[in-house]
Amino acid sequence: MTAYASDVAALTRKDLLLELRSRDTLPSLLLFVVSALVVFHFALPASSSRLAAGGLLWVAIVFTALLALGRAFVAERAERVLDGLVLAPCDRSAIWLAKGISVAVFLAVAEAIAVPAFALFFAPVTWAMIGAIALADVGIAAVGTLLAAMAAASRARELLLPLLFLPPVIPLVVGGVGATVAEDPGRYLAFLALYDLLFAILSWASFEYVVTE
Amino acid sequence: MARPLITARELEKRFGDKRVLRGIDLDLAEGQTLVVTGPNGSGKSTLLSLLAGLLAPTAGELEVRASRAEIGYLAHEPLVYRELTAFENLDLYGRLYRVPERRERIGMLFERFRLWDARHERVGSFSRGMAQRLALCRTLLHEPRLLLLDEPYGGLDAAGTSLLDAELAELATERTLVVATHEPERLAAATPSVKLAL
Amino acid sequence: MSTWLRNSRGASLSLAAFGLLVAGVALAVFWVPNDADQGFSQRIFYLHVPVALTSYACFGWAAWKALRLLQTRDQRYDLESYTAVHMGVIFGALTLATGSIWAKISWGRWWVWSERQLVLFLILFLFYSAYFMLRYSTEPGPRRANMSAVYALFGVALIPVSFLAIRLAESFIHPVVFNRHGPQMAGSMFLTFCVCLAGTLALAAALYQNELTGKRLDARLRALREALA
Repeated sequence: MTAYASDVAALTRKDLLLELRSRDTLPSLLLFVVSALVVFHFALPASSSRLAAGGLLWVAIVFTALLALGRAFVAERAERVLDGLVLAPCDRSAIWLAKGISVAVFLAVAEAIAVPAFALFFAPVTWAMIGAIALADVGIAAVGTLLAAMAAASRARELLLPLLFLPPVIPLVVGGVGATVAEDPGRYLAFLALYDLLFAILSWASFEYVVTE
Repeated sequence: MARPLITARELEKRFGDKRVLRGIDLDLAEGQTLVVTGPNGSGKSTLLSLLAGLLAPTAGELEVRASRAEIGYLAHEPLVYRELTAFENLDLYGRLYRVPERRERIGMLFERFRLWDARHERVGSFSRGMAQRLALCRTLLHEPRLLLLDEPYGGLDAAGTSLLDAELAELATERTLVVATHEPERLAAATPSVKLAL
Repeated sequence: MSTWLRNSRGASLSLAAFGLLVAGVALAVFWVPNDADQGFSQRIFYLHVPVALTSYACFGWAAWKALRLLQTRDQRYDLESYTAVHMGVIFGALTLATGSIWAKISWGRWWVWSERQLVLFLILFLFYSAYFMLRYSTEPGPRRANMSAVYALFGVALIPVSFLAIRLAESFIHPVVFNRHGPQMAGSMFLTFCVCLAGTLALAAALYQNELTGKRLDARLRALREALA
């Protein structure tokens, strides 16, 4: 394994281990996403199409992601551990990648509950939807991790993260909802892949600057 | 004459409008010991953060001819995860710093700093003295060439203090040390080559 | 003498902007013929599109300065990038305002989701407004400069991606009911458009220069005060 890969592996292992120990993020995400879906049932008037419900699934995903990202750098900020990681000889982008992978894992677990719940409450789920969710998770984790690091360095972090996160996530919502409701989901999946590629590269390259002076 | 390990000229650091460091000139050769003294709030921690590379100078020049792998930094906070055990924390740093024979080295440090029995306990349950000793283990883990120690005696009891005295005495002969303290009398062991009062 | 020279750049830009804009508006209101499809109300196009293009130019300039900051770590680029974003947001707000007026005149509603440019600007406006929130809630210094620069770069990457997203969204959000032709650019129209564009760009440059000078003076003043203390 290359040095970079082993750094990422060590850091990812650390993040997953932390969650296993404290067990605070995952249960909250699961509970939140199901509660959100129930709220949406009451928010949809009777005559709403199932297409509207499909759109709302994505709202649930975005806000669940916000919750997950809000917790992403909490452990590093307490005790300023991030300084210790930044001082290590590893590439700083490895920190981003490891954190992004763990965020994606948490999101995937939350969606593993949310998607069946959605199928139960609202409408059946297509393969295109699942593909879109997987692709969107990558984009959310990539951009979200970078923005979460920025918010963590500021004073009003819980307030700032949603403001930073929501505008860049709009294209992901478009791609996701498109893949969910349109007859030809292929275009939207391709668009999601394009977004992922572009913003993953950008985030990977610029994380270094976000955590150093 | 070999180039000094640390060179600073007219070093200045400002946080917003507040100027914390001003006009610092420094030359530290390899193997020397620098003691930085001054009351609380005089900028000792800021200077060490600048030397470590965590902060960038606002003005002036600073050159530290040691790579990140060669620097060991002891901060005010122990820089360890509270939810992980002592061993897990050092294992992570050991991997990141590519420490050879990681487990043996960690074990040896734990024994030396009397943390062996607590190595599988959550750091969150540690006392202040234990956390400080763990931080010292973390700092020394990768046998750094340059040691930046910010108040290394903070929180240590008498036993811990004598442990650290012995350790510093040994380290001062082998490595380059920068120690920031507001009680320079404690540093009886390491005879400073250079002094800087802020 | 040197301050006058520096100020004169701002002064000459302001003069140029004033002249060009007055000329442009006069041309747009009095000289240019009516648009075949939309009539007199279409003339706001001569202000709306230049303002939009100027906004893009400001964000692009900000991204360039941001890139320079990250490459050289020279802090003065931070101020320049920030000021450019500020200009971009001001002109972005103007774009939304003029676009909204155009929508009201053309279709009777203050907002239409079918106008791609308008929706794009809404997203960009939100994005770059968050830029100010980011700066406001972070301690001034190299960290804040770095983060602002990265964010400004993300912004320009977001522009084409958002535009693509808006186009894709049309098929399920809002069928394109209204068909707007870009006006056929007869010679006189093109000239008027160019004059207005030059005017808005000059205005942006003048405001940029003005604000930058003011902020730099502020910084100098503070540094002098510090040195005396």
